[in-house]
Amino acid sequence: MSTATADVKVEKKRESLFSKKNMRLISDPLNENNPITVQVLGICSALAVTAKVEPAFWMALAVTFVTAASNYIISLMRNAIPSSIRIIVQLTVVATMVILVDLFLKAYVYEMSKLLSVFVGLIITNCIIMGRLEAFAMGNKPLPSLLDGIGNGLGYGAILLSVAVIRELLGSGSVLGWPVLPAGYVNNNLMVVPAGALFTLGIIIWAQRSYNKYYETE
Amino acid sequence: MEIFNLFIKSIFINNMIFAYFLGMCSYLAVSKNVKTAIGLGIAVTFVLTITTPLNWFIKTYLLVPDALIEGLDLSFLAYIMYIAVIASAVQLVEMIVEKVSPALYGALGIFLPLIAVNCSILGGALFMDQRNYTLMETVAFSFGSGLGWFLAIVAIAAIREKLQYSDIPKPLKGLGITFIITGLMGIAFMSFSGIKL
Repeated sequence: MSTATADVKVEKKRESLFSKKNMRLISDPLNENNPITVQVLGICSALAVTAKVEPAFWMALAVTFVTAASNYIISLMRNAIPSSIRIIVQLTVVATMVILVDLFLKAYVYEMSKLLSVFVGLIITNCIIMGRLEAFAMGNKPLPSLLDGIGNGLGYGAILLSVAVIRELLGSGSVLGWPVLPAGYVNNNLMVVPAGALFTLGIIIWAQRSYNKYYETE
Repeated sequence: MEIFNLFIKSIFINNMIFAYFLGMCSYLAVSKNVKTAIGLGIAVTFVLTITTPLNWFIKTYLLVPDALIEGLDLSFLAYIMYIAVIASAVQLVEMIVEKVSPALYGALGIFLPLIAVNCSILGGALFMDQRNYTLMETVAFSFGSGLGWFLAIVAIAAIREKLQYSDIPKPLKGLGITFIITGLMGIAFMSFSGIKL
């Protein structure tokens, strides 16, 4: 695909950037089509960084950036990628984005980069990103893909932050490092260990699915 | 003895699933029955044991500062190199297995492509990098982690098979209850921590 035609398409799309259809691309993944609780993607890295709110926030930010940027880039290249090597091309683009994020974190928020350790690198294999690239960016124009990426990143971030708030509140009695619960509160250690993340997410999924009346049939 | 200790530790204490949540996606998706779970578990163990030492060589002889040419530091390329090695190794393993043992290919075939983006494989490489393992330690660590992953997915698959007969609240069915059970299994595995050989 020549870049000229791509630009024309982008121009046309820009007029309706805030149309209802485009807004749904952002709002859908927040609840009804949430990447974690409904599509069951990207859980690998979602749980390990949620013992405290701050790392969860940076993680959500990083994933949103990587999803949006790689969705946009892959969508620009979508007609030039031969389907037999698309996985490698996608992985390379995603890995490049993740290296950018990693270098940024190391340069500006070094403490966080130490705390997130390998989980920044693991964004590469986050299934949300590959899933969105395959399912959306390969067949849609760049701008909707960008919005779809942002939406899915935010949906992921929303779950990540809710798990983190619950875990930090019950596990350390604080939110973002500020003590919230009264001094007599005995910290619940179960919330700090990895198993706590699984329980919390399980219960969040339960609550969200009863609210949405979304049932799995096995 | 140190090596054996690390091996046991990677299986039970620093289990990929229960301690680091790595490879959760395929763990949740392919654990509905024991037979496929065993297939995927073997495939992951196999690929993890091959690619992590491979990445160790890449790291030691290419990426580390001054490894290739004096004064050249390529360590910023680590992520791209690791994922490229993993993706191509998976492709290679798939072709070799198909040629050498069609029976094994039949059993593993559909799972192999899935594994390229399994977090536990890249996670293995990144942990190896971060903890500066030696070659022997890398082999022990990757084989142990693979076995730990195998153990976890087969166990959850067996439990999920039984779950079909239990009366679970509708919204909790499937994903929700699997998370809670994994949490309980994680607590059980925590009792291994502190074991030293």
